[in-house]
Amino acid sequence: MKPTDPAITWLEEKPLGLAERLYLPLFIQGLTTTARHMVSPKVTVNYPEVRPTVGNPLIYRGVHRLNRDDEGRVKCVACFLCATACPAHCIDIVATESPWPDREKYPESFQIDELRCIFCGMCEEACPVDAIELTSLLDLTGKSREEMIFDKEKLLSVYDMTKDAEPMKSSALGGTL
Amino acid sequence: MPVVIVDGSEIEIGADERLNCIEAARRAGKEIPHYCWHPGLSVVASCRMCLIETGQRDAATGKITMVPKLVPGCQTPAKDGTVIVTESQLVTDSRARVEEALLIDHPIDCPICDKAGECLLQDYHFEHGQAERRADLHPFTSRKRDVGPTVTLFVDRCIMCTRCVRFTREVSGTGELMVTSRGAKEEIDVFPGFPLDNKLAGNVVDLCPVGALGDKDFLYQQRVWFLKREANVCGGCSAGCSIHTEHNQDTVYRLKPRENPHVNKWWICDEGRYGWHHLHDPSRLLAAGHRTESGRGHAGTEAFEPVEWADVVARLRADLKAAGRLAVAVSPMLTVEEAWMLCAVARSIDPEAFLAVGHVPVAGEDETFPGGFTIRAEKCPNRLGVEAVVALFDPQTRTWGDLVAHVEGGNADAAWITAGYPAAWIDDATAGSFAGLRQLVVQDLFDSPLAARATWRLPAAGFAERAGTWVNVAHRAQAFEQAIKPPAGVWPEGRLYWNMLGRRGLYDPVAVRHQIAGSAAAFAALAGDLPATGIDLRLQQLAPS
Repeated sequence: MKPTDPAITWLEEKPLGLAERLYLPLFIQGLTTTARHMVSPKVTVNYPEVRPTVGNPLIYRGVHRLNRDDEGRVKCVACFLCATACPAHCIDIVATESPWPDREKYPESFQIDELRCIFCGMCEEACPVDAIELTSLLDLTGKSREEMIFDKEKLLSVYDMTKDAEPMKSSALGGTL
Repeated sequence: MPVVIVDGSEIEIGADERLNCIEAARRAGKEIPHYCWHPGLSVVASCRMCLIETGQRDAATGKITMVPKLVPGCQTPAKDGTVIVTESQLVTDSRARVEEALLIDHPIDCPICDKAGECLLQDYHFEHGQAERRADLHPFTSRKRDVGPTVTLFVDRCIMCTRCVRFTREVSGTGELMVTSRGAKEEIDVFPGFPLDNKLAGNVVDLCPVGALGDKDFLYQQRVWFLKREANVCGGCSAGCSIHTEHNQDTVYRLKPRENPHVNKWWICDEGRYGWHHLHDPSRLLAAGHRTESGRGHAGTEAFEPVEWADVVARLRADLKAAGRLAVAVSPMLTVEEAWMLCAVARSIDPEAFLAVGHVPVAGEDETFPGGFTIRAEKCPNRLGVEAVVALFDPQTRTWGDLVAHVEGGNADAAWITAGYPAAWIDDATAGSFAGLRQLVVQDLFDSPLAARATWRLPAAGFAERAGTWVNVAHRAQAFEQAIKPPAGVWPEGRLYWNMLGRRGLYDPVAVRHQIAGSAAAFAALAGDLPATGIDLRLQQLAPS
């Protein structure tokens, strides 16, 4: 879009009024914010002794999971769109012909390097079948780098672990299912 | 000169050119979308995507008379005074409706379709289609049909352009594919018991404008947007077809034909198309090796100790110099530049070195198809180029047979055999002739009976891993760039020869080519930048004054 495009409405900045020019009202406004935070309840917790509460687990961006369909099969159709969208290049998929008649291809292997991942959620956005989702699991530790490369089985097990607490977004949030 | 008016601008076309409106509009920079038309096939005008408005300008009065309805651009010849309108409201609406009609029967399974990213249905829908669909469409999975050993048909993705059917009838001449049923139930199919199995079958996959025909070799391997392409030349036979090597992270995934009116038109054969798998064969030689004392008389990798390439450069020259009379086989798999440098290296070691063109593999006979495409029997890309290079150093052209006889006659103390053939090429008996030599240097892709007798066993590069110029059977020289890096531990031949000649910096094939062109009349045509379609080597370019 060019600056001369008729669809753009150009707004002029308003001239400063008396209050802005006096500076004092804004000064008081800022101090009020500071004072309010001093007396408001604390949000910091003593992690890991105290677990932080996740506001809405459905939109939290933690560890990935691979969803299963109604028959318990991996939902992923190996379209590589998550790998394409991934800015950290942490998803590695090997696709092959699926053994099921209703599906053309499926991932033979699906690996996410959790150490490389920046938890931006682009994979979840890109997925056309809502197969990959980010859970609210926020503390992820491992003893080696290899351990932090999650394969298909591990990602499916994350689904089995979290499916009750965090149902698939598809139904709740109007996904394609 | 005939003048065609495209969207108000006049363009001149050649007097004896037979162009249709799509081609004429393209000259004026206007792209008319089309599915069924292909320059290499007959015209059927069935897809209706190229509908345009046309008219005729009266030469005498200048008055333009328009045809009252839309006509297919592929079927309408462009002649003097033809008026082509490609951007009117009528044309735009028509394209949107054609797109809409095509999508009603389409599975819209783009995320799992291998064509996504290079699909004309996607591109044209984006460019000419409607933003919103009126029909209530749901994505579904396409039916799959096995039509041949290399090709899979996704029945529901097909838009019935019949390019593939016409290809098998007109170019390969085998006619396996046909259209069954009628109207909305039309489908592509093969006759029962007659699968799509001919030597050009892979081209139907390239021709398919949508994802209906899939190459089994490439199916599900990569999404096309991950692939990078390099203009390359096929090394499968002496036809030297122009190709694109499509690769990602130094792995080749597929080869595609590159349009070249002088060589292969739009096609390549399946032998060439799938002839890249040897590049990633785990049994390739991957390190330069020198035979150890204990390894004398033994075959196998354990008989060789790995040598750093920097040491190879120094030791190889000293070893060959010490050995005495040298015989060199210059492989027809090498580029002109590499062959020239190899000859120069050989002559700098032994000024009397015996130079011969290496083994020329031949399989069967030349095979020409009704469409004019020919698969050559000579399974090497550069025999003519290497012959011409060797002739620069030695007027007497010698063959591989001459070299074997020369060595058998005890006239050589050392031999340097370059090979690089994708398949086994030498038998034990022939290799035995080289047993008595003091030094035997073998440069090859794979282990062979000859390499088992070598004192120096050096790995060679594959076709996509080298850069340079190849001269095909019709004397057409095509320069190409390196597409992928060779595996770790492999130096392309050119790099070794460049270093052995004591030249500094990185191996630069273009500099060598210019040097050859400047020093030899036979290669004068190679001066300057070569066009992408190559140049006829017999064409003696006149130096600009």
